[in-house]
Amino acid sequence: MKNTQKQASGAPVVLTVEDLTLDALTPFGSKRVLDGISFKLHEGETLCLAGESGSGKSVTSLAIMRLLPITSLRVTRGSIKLHDRELLTLHESAMRNVRGADIAMIFQEPMTSLNPVMRIGDQLTEAIRTHQKMGVGDARRAALEMLDAVKITDAKRRLDQYPHELSGGMRQRVMISMALSCRPKVLIADEPTTALDVTVQAQILKLLQELKSEFGASIIMITHDMGVVAEVADRVAIMKSGKIIEAGTTLKIFENPQEAYTQELIAAVPRLGARKGTDSPPRISSVENVEVQTPSTAVLNVEELAVTYGAKAGWFGKGAVGFSAVRGVSFSLKPGRTLGLVGESGSGKSTTGKAVLGLIPFSGKVTIDGVPITKTSQAALKPMRRLAQMIFQDPYASLDPRMTVGEAIAEPLVIHQIGNKNEHRDEVASLLRKVGLSPDVATRYPHEFSGGQRQRICIARALTLRPKLIVADESVAALDVSVRARVLDLMLELQETMGLAYLFISHDMAVVERMCHDVMVMRNGEVVESGSRRKVFESPQVAYTKELLSAVPIPDPRRRNAA
Amino acid sequence: MRVLREILRQPAALLGFAIVCIVVLSAFAAPLIAPFPPEQQMFDGLTLEGSPMPPDAKFWLGTDTLGRDLFSRLLYGARTSLIIGVVANGSAVLIGLTLGMLAGYLRGTVGNIIMRFTDLMMAFPALLLAIVLAALLKPSLWIVALVIASVNWVQVARIVYTETCALVERDFIVAERSLGASHGRIIFFHIAPHLIPTAIVWGTLGIATTVLLEATLSFLGIGVQPPQASWGNIIFESQSYFTAAPWLVYYPGLAILLTALSFNLVGDALRDILDPLQRGRL
Repeated sequence: MKNTQKQASGAPVVLTVEDLTLDALTPFGSKRVLDGISFKLHEGETLCLAGESGSGKSVTSLAIMRLLPITSLRVTRGSIKLHDRELLTLHESAMRNVRGADIAMIFQEPMTSLNPVMRIGDQLTEAIRTHQKMGVGDARRAALEMLDAVKITDAKRRLDQYPHELSGGMRQRVMISMALSCRPKVLIADEPTTALDVTVQAQILKLLQELKSEFGASIIMITHDMGVVAEVADRVAIMKSGKIIEAGTTLKIFENPQEAYTQELIAAVPRLGARKGTDSPPRISSVENVEVQTPSTAVLNVEELAVTYGAKAGWFGKGAVGFSAVRGVSFSLKPGRTLGLVGESGSGKSTTGKAVLGLIPFSGKVTIDGVPITKTSQAALKPMRRLAQMIFQDPYASLDPRMTVGEAIAEPLVIHQIGNKNEHRDEVASLLRKVGLSPDVATRYPHEFSGGQRQRICIARALTLRPKLIVADESVAALDVSVRARVLDLMLELQETMGLAYLFISHDMAVVERMCHDVMVMRNGEVVESGSRRKVFESPQVAYTKELLSAVPIPDPRRRNAA
Repeated sequence: MRVLREILRQPAALLGFAIVCIVVLSAFAAPLIAPFPPEQQMFDGLTLEGSPMPPDAKFWLGTDTLGRDLFSRLLYGARTSLIIGVVANGSAVLIGLTLGMLAGYLRGTVGNIIMRFTDLMMAFPALLLAIVLAALLKPSLWIVALVIASVNWVQVARIVYTETCALVERDFIVAERSLGASHGRIIFFHIAPHLIPTAIVWGTLGIATTVLLEATLSFLGIGVQPPQASWGNIIFESQSYFTAAPWLVYYPGLAILLTALSFNLVGDALRDILDPLQRGRL
């Protein structure tokens, strides 16, 4: 690592961004989006632009590619130079030659950036032939070479497949091969692994590092994940509200951060292993709760749960015929405890969460607070809804955009016909206070809030009926790290004061480690390992669990050498 | 009240609102405003050769081939056309909205039956259906409205169905279910409000097409029966005299255009005003 850094600082500069300032044009006047962004990218270097949502990191990358929507965003001053060539004033047709050939880009969601009705091979050859004079046959051979270079298994067959036939990781490999096919000098990767599972993420990050030296490209990596930064970056620029507030080598940023915000950002990242040697999550509230000290009866009991999609037209309509999403899942959950459900996408963890609440048809035995859940009709489940609630992944999507926050929180009371309008108002105010929001916000609409505030609103709504069990499905996955930490603290605090039991579904091992007492690891619809969090995390028995744990990016650049 | 205030603030919406008001008022007050009875055939309404009179001081918009005053006929015709445009078209949107929403929410067998019926109706020639219905029932204004409503709901149902299917999959609907909300509550309080923009756009765009459909029916003799005037049948009665007496086509055409346009302007404004997302962010 030291080697690459020395080389990087001495290497010639490929891309220079100077004093880049950008305004957004809104009906209410212009708003500064980027404010004096300056950085240099050296040959063979990986520079990470790190920051939370809205910090301007993606806008910066689009500005370099000159792909900004010209009607709403305007560069007011600054310069972007590729070697000595100014890109901002370049004619559009000349810029088209730069894109792909000199600067290439890969995006977060490979499915949406590949053309769904075009074969992989055709898309690759098209990309190659746009910038290189080459016959179709030669281009196809080049495409095959590229697929081999990104280590796709069975590359020859992939050429004739469509994007939907590949897995997420393979699609991202195709995107990378497409981006590198013209040997660009600069590769911009905008959150390239955010949509991928953690084990796949580890593979893709490793691949990018290898390809960088093989193809002699420099990489600008845009990410919100300090763990990813620590894994791949030579240098880091921390962005906040359209400014670079701190920049330096990765080691310097992680070990000696100067700005308070950088320190906060690094501190907020949950570290795997942070709770080593403990049995329970940290205590947040100062209130001693005697009630839940020795919980006896389980609030949730699940025996041999199985969910099959598509056997008949169910919630998802046209599923594959009889696809078994979950089978043989059994567990029980006591008041005041948190059971973490971990696994990668498609492992059946969300399905389990929905089935437990009777939101999808299932077979097996589910008992909530002693009451068996037998039917999944809305009316039959109504009494159960007061005991068990759900918090979703995307707080914005799970709030009705046409309802004020106050109405949304009071909705459960209206549905269950509890209290009158005045009581509702008081209840909403007290719930908002409980989740750390001002009662005045009750008249506002969800779109007026930030992500973290919205999730607080969703938590308040889930608490309205004073449930005993909350199913939290990836509840913090969509939030920025600093906000995520605060929402997790809120959930812990509420658990302590209200004796809630959480079924905590997450793909993020570090978050699970912080939140849970017990853990269940799922894969392909089955539980592969379960037990106390301490046991599973500190001495995992199953290879899959070990793989999951080791794939988590660790926010410590020094660990890279050891690995 | 807020809605009215917001409409008055936007120039385009205000213009549309004003024209709608004028059309509605003149339809109601037709007997007071009209200079002649609409069905009176006047001797001096025709030239000596028997052709219609162009607009002049006595007949403001000219006369038709039977020597009737066009201005008076337009005023009375506004009544017919408004009933067709608002009532028939409104019922069509309402039927389409209900069926589309039910099919999209319930899916399964019920949803399939509703949608296959919709497909059948779509494939069936609308005019043929209208002719059959009108032949079975005695033609009158309300029957025509009924016929138009039973033909025009299909497109709305299709669009609403697709939108509802997408809405049902959204997390906030799942969230409502997890709170224990009944099907009725979800449909009426959480799905219907999101379909208002679609309903408004279709409701206003449909006015012009329904007015013209009524004209077609009248032309075929199964619509509004002469001598009763409607904007559509004025155009159709006079179309063969277009080169000789263009005013007979221009003025009723202009009336349809203006009315449809102004309903559209009002609808557009309404859609924006009723959408909370258009309000400022925090």
